[in-house]
Amino acid sequence: MTTQAIGDRVVEIRRGVLQKNDDLASALRERFARAGVRVSNWVSSPGTGKTALLEVLLRTAADRGLHPAALVGDCATDNDARRLAAAGVPVRQIVTEGLCHLEADLVAAHLDGLDLRELDLLVIENVGNLVCPTAYDLGESVRVALLSVTEGEDKPVKYPQLFSSADAIVVTKTDLAGPAGFDRDAALASIRQVAPAAPVLETSARTGEGVAALLDLLLGTPQGTAIHPPAAGAVAASVASRGAPGAPADGPSPREGRP
Amino acid sequence: MHELSVAHALTGAVEEALPAGAGPVREVHVRVGVLSGVVAQALEFAYEIAAADTRLEGSDLVVEVVPLSIHCATCDAIRVLPGTTSFRCPSCGTPSGDIRGGREVELARVVLEDLTEAAS
Repeated sequence: MTTQAIGDRVVEIRRGVLQKNDDLASALRERFARAGVRVSNWVSSPGTGKTALLEVLLRTAADRGLHPAALVGDCATDNDARRLAAAGVPVRQIVTEGLCHLEADLVAAHLDGLDLRELDLLVIENVGNLVCPTAYDLGESVRVALLSVTEGEDKPVKYPQLFSSADAIVVTKTDLAGPAGFDRDAALASIRQVAPAAPVLETSARTGEGVAALLDLLLGTPQGTAIHPPAAGAVAASVASRGAPGAPADGPSPREGRP
Repeated sequence: MHELSVAHALTGAVEEALPAGAGPVREVHVRVGVLSGVVAQALEFAYEIAAADTRLEGSDLVVEVVPLSIHCATCDAIRVLPGTTSFRCPSCGTPSGDIRGGREVELARVVLEDLTEAAS
């Protein structure tokens, strides 16, 4: 083939690179909404205390006569699922075999055998990781970012991508605040720098502090105490304007959780 | 972040989006937001690996880094922020969590070599 003239042809595409995950997540979101189940995605470092807090939360929900369930992601073992199953509610373990974050297809694949219409609440405990889960929408109603009193007050500004994407922030292990020399004001200021409008709760799995308020938040009910108001004048993202992470601005339907 | 898996998703997205009979791909343009979690330099490196032994081998990845922008309710305007650690309007100082840009991981366009055959 002889080339006579060469020019460049530009083809506009404007498509999210993570469109596949975003589309699956949107489909999950619709499925959850139809079934009337509130879903949350819990993201934190390893060791923040997600599983311990979830154990208490699941029991609290069951005691209230609610029907909760949990999906828990880890690189290896089903240790967490075993612990959570002791709460007497349906739990599924997702073993990622090294993948550092959960994705929508993994969540969808582990919903078998769960009747979503029977559930009030589904908590997805992500793989312990403050970086990679950021861009992966799981179809959740509420994304919760957690940090413990032992991790350093400036954790949120060190991980702005993740913390700015959260609908709610939880500070865990408050029972250890004293021995850890935790500076609560500094932590709140750091949170407010990257998440001006997200409600902030403080919890202790050991004492039960904040668990009822967290449950109320996850269920979408406005009751509860110890919720820090947004920074003065801050406005939360309007639901209509916000797409899933990774999508172009006019992408798939966003998460709830913001007024 | 695991940019190689993002690079693979990118090359897959390009293959899917290419029109039938398209000429060789010279450039792939992506828009990567500063809050997306994807690092431009790491993505460029991973792209070479992901494109190897495919029709995209030899093509250049051009990354446009998209800054963080928020909507300020007080000013009723979109503001571009200089960094990612303070979500406040640079004009009036009002905090805002209403993020309008900076989360993108978007395949914007491809530049194809347009080959025209000689008549003889």
